[in-house]
Amino acid sequence: MFRLESVCKSYGSRNVVEIPGCVFTRGLIHGIMGPSGSGKSTLLRLLNMIEKPTAGQIIFRGHDLVTCRPRLSLQRRMAMVFQKPVLFEASVYENVAYGLKVRGLQRADVREKVLEALKTVGLVHLERQPARTLSGGEAQRVAIARAFVTEPEVLLLDEPTSNLDPQNVGMIEDLVRMINRERQTTVILVTHNVFQARRLADHITFMYEGKVVEDGPTEAVFTSPGDDRTRAFIHGDMVY
Amino acid sequence: MVIWDGLSQAFSLIITRDPAMMQIIWMSLLVSGVSVLLASAAGIPLGTWLGLAPAHRVRWLAQILYTLMGLPPVLVGLFVYLLLSSAGPFGVLNLLFSPTAMILAQTILALPIVTGLTMIAVRSKDREIRDTAVSLGASAWQVALTIIREARLAITGAVVTGLGRLMAEVGAVMMVGGNIEGKTRVMTSAIVLETRRGNFEMAIGLGIVLLALAFIINSVLYRIQGVGRH
Ligand SMILES: Nc1ncnc2c1ncn2[C@@H]1O[C@H](COP(=O)(O)OP(=O)(O)OP(=O)(O)O)[C@@H](O)[C@H]1O
Ligand SMILES: [Mg+2]
Repeated sequence: MFRLESVCKSYGSRNVVEIPGCVFTRGLIHGIMGPSGSGKSTLLRLLNMIEKPTAGQIIFRGHDLVTCRPRLSLQRRMAMVFQKPVLFEASVYENVAYGLKVRGLQRADVREKVLEALKTVGLVHLERQPARTLSGGEAQRVAIARAFVTEPEVLLLDEPTSNLDPQNVGMIEDLVRMINRERQTTVILVTHNVFQARRLADHITFMYEGKVVEDGPTEAVFTSPGDDRTRAFIHGDMVY
Repeated sequence: MVIWDGLSQAFSLIITRDPAMMQIIWMSLLVSGVSVLLASAAGIPLGTWLGLAPAHRVRWLAQILYTLMGLPPVLVGLFVYLLLSSAGPFGVLNLLFSPTAMILAQTILALPIVTGLTMIAVRSKDREIRDTAVSLGASAWQVALTIIREARLAITGAVVTGLGRLMAEVGAVMMVGGNIEGKTRVMTSAIVLETRRGNFEMAIGLGIVLLALAFIINSVLYRIQGVGRH
């Protein structure tokens, strides 16, 4: 799905992301873990073309994200939920409809898909409510619906469950699994929660200070981590 | 007291719908309204563009714009006067002392205000909204429209501020309009004239009507903004 080749992103003189090579395989749920500030969000923003790498190449299904024109056709094949999602000053419906409308879908199709998506996240009853009046958890679910309603080939999720209660966490996790299985959508999920990573991910990428220090199938990473920092993180969080 | 006389004068002007006064009000609304619309038609896209551009790249433009926001009306009046006077480059059009000349001057006055305030409004929304829209697949145009829509409250504020400035302005309209009765007389220039003539009641009366008008316009626009609709 994505292939990174000597990718580097720096702010000022600081390399925030530095990845010599890394692959995100199609069809899998990838978990990205790592301590705060290790560059997880920055990596996702690079994949989503929100940020350009300072050096290196990111190949998305054969297309170089940096040099490829037009940007739009590639952008529309992915969707991302930001760590701190921003909803538009409009109704819940309009928020979820946004991605479909900019793609020029017919009104009736938009309506059908939006309602379907809202049903999936359990928010149909809030269709007309202004987005700014939603609770934190509801807003998060709207942001997720707004992303997957566009039926992307890859869904990038930056800590999508960080401010949800356990019931909503379960719902979102089921949803991620469903999207991955039924639509064959590749999912790249940043999470702090080791249990969640283990529950959901097929493959784990562990980041530390901008570098990928561990990368492998979930079970392998959890049972026999090859890197001390990964082991510390996993166990530290497990005890906690 | 002259103020009470002014108040009662204002009442009688309003109640009798004094034709001369209605003409003056109409001219004020027409000139300032058309001017602010023209300035918005150019200033909102321009301000959005400036607001979206990287701040360091438009620094000079922004500084010039801030300066122009405080442009003295008489200077604009002088400039338009020179353009339109019979010796000026556009003298042949014979536009001096016409409503068109007043609209030209007021549009120039309002343009930096609407543009500058729109730029600030857009810049305050910019980053997060832009990232979100881009990520959801919006084209450059759609991103700009989304940001304008998100900043609509502040942009309406920019337009209202511009209109307020124009309605209250007297220097430019008098210089290029000439305060001709029944033709280019507006509320502010009428107030100047009545004061000079010593008709203080009339001047105060007109002043009160001007204030009331400003209040009505702002309430209507406030409604349009949709504040408190939800
Ligand atoms: N626009 C920016 N300008 C300067 N520094 C930045 C910028 N964006 C991110 N950084 C820095 O890059 C580093 C990595 O940030 P990033 O958001 O990717 O971390 P993260 O792994 O997502 O952390 P968290 O788990 O806390 O969300 C941080 O130290 C951050 O301060
Ligand atoms: Mg982050």
